[in-house]
Amino acid sequence: MTTFNLLVAPFLEFGFMRRALIGCLALSLSGAPIGVFLVLRRMSLMGDVMSHAILPGAAVGFLLSGFSLFAMTLGGVVAGLAVALAAGFISRTTPLKEDASFASFYLVSLGLGVLIVSLKGSNVDLLHVLFGNVLALDDPAIYLIASIATVTFLAFAVVYRLLVAECFDPGFLRSVGGAGGAVHFLFLVLVVLNLVGGFNALGTLMVVGLIILPAASSRFWSESIGGQIIAAALIAVVSSYVGLVVSYHVAVPTSPAIILTAGAIHALSLLLGRHGSFLRQMLRAQHLRG
Amino acid sequence: MTASPSIHCRDLTLSYRRHPAVHHLTGTFAPGSFTAIVGPNGAGKSTLLKGIVGLVRPDGGTIEVTGARRSDIAYLPQQAALDRGFPMRVLDLAAMGLWRRTGPFRRIGAALLGEVEAALDAVGLSGFEDRMVGSLSGGQFQRALFARLLLQDARLILLDEPFAAIDARTADALLGLVGRWHGEGRTIIAVLHDFHAVRQHIPETLLIARDPIAWGPTSEVMTEANIARSRGLDEAFDTDAELCERPAA
Repeated sequence: MTTFNLLVAPFLEFGFMRRALIGCLALSLSGAPIGVFLVLRRMSLMGDVMSHAILPGAAVGFLLSGFSLFAMTLGGVVAGLAVALAAGFISRTTPLKEDASFASFYLVSLGLGVLIVSLKGSNVDLLHVLFGNVLALDDPAIYLIASIATVTFLAFAVVYRLLVAECFDPGFLRSVGGAGGAVHFLFLVLVVLNLVGGFNALGTLMVVGLIILPAASSRFWSESIGGQIIAAALIAVVSSYVGLVVSYHVAVPTSPAIILTAGAIHALSLLLGRHGSFLRQMLRAQHLRG
Repeated sequence: MTASPSIHCRDLTLSYRRHPAVHHLTGTFAPGSFTAIVGPNGAGKSTLLKGIVGLVRPDGGTIEVTGARRSDIAYLPQQAALDRGFPMRVLDLAAMGLWRRTGPFRRIGAALLGEVEAALDAVGLSGFEDRMVGSLSGGQFQRALFARLLLQDARLILLDEPFAAIDARTADALLGLVGRWHGEGRTIIAVLHDFHAVRQHIPETLLIARDPIAWGPTSEVMTEANIARSRGLDEAFDTDAELCERPAA
């Protein structure tokens, strides 16, 4: 098999492979800044919680109108935001710690979501919602993902400085009268939008992987936020492409192939990355003169 | 320069989950004054600063800040509250102090950049501009925060344990800087633990142990009798405390 056949031909030959690639690339690019800020804000698990939280919303959409992109998207956005706000409210106003409050919410959401889907659908439908079907992306789904990516980029360009300030020193931002609360909310909205956009392709459970794994790996490649976003985007793009190619040739499901590729890159970053990896720590054992 | 800001507390109570951290405080931080807040752990010192900035709302009584809008107040929180490994350059950290002028969107041009460099120079961090914040020592990090304060150019400056965990030389340099601010007519309040430094350098002192113990010129406040009285504070609050029935003043 030639390199061309291996790496390019599947995308020339099959429209569904091209669509899958485009959808995943858009998700990878807009997921990168989302993931980096989730990690910076120590909210990596929050992404996980919200991805579970959109499930019952999407499931209600599914129950009412079948596989309707609009209904499932709207349901997902509403449910995701509601849970993010409720979990935040409970951890602020009761002694329950944030992680415990989030965990309770996502366990309930998962149960509720699975129950609602099985009310109407089959196990195949359930699998579709949980793990997505990137090889079956239709035009509306791709437009949705691309629109969400565009909105995400524009929003980050506008609020970048606010977001960094809110992330590093929220007290400072409040004391100079910056709109910290509004920025936090906008960020949550962007997170939910990206999760909802991604869930058509990778499923509610897998989409977080494409957002968090590259961001967690990026810390080992750059020390600046901008550098980390670029590194995360590159890692996500490579994972998507390699995952698609592998799943095509070896005939394994696509979303796990993409996520496992991202996982492999994460392991490599831990071992060999430029900043703080095991390799760097071993090299540093010999100290400098000054 | 415009008139210096002052702060009036009238029968002020600030609390966490109904347990008071500052209890029935009445008094005035005069315009252009430089006051140390001193007291044992859990005495409500940080809470009082947060109350002045507006991060904690009074449960009773009032805080009134005159001569300064909220954006004229510079507040330096305790260091532990910040992520010291945040991926940000020293220059970017200091430049946050320009917020009032740049806001969230405006460009930081050459002139403003020059001001940031001058501020870093003033705290002894010139040459550190492009270093990452994570590579700074505790004292250097604190100096970078002071550079940010310098750029804020605020009329009212609130410092929460600004010299905790930094060496004596850095503390002296930063205290000199604060003294200069005082000379410029700014109103300054600092939570401090070092009694010696307070007695030597700070003209006014508020000694507090949840309830105010004494407030006035440092030499009159920092007496052995007052300090002994402040140490009588039982740090843990009483979980079965009854409702406070002291009438409002």
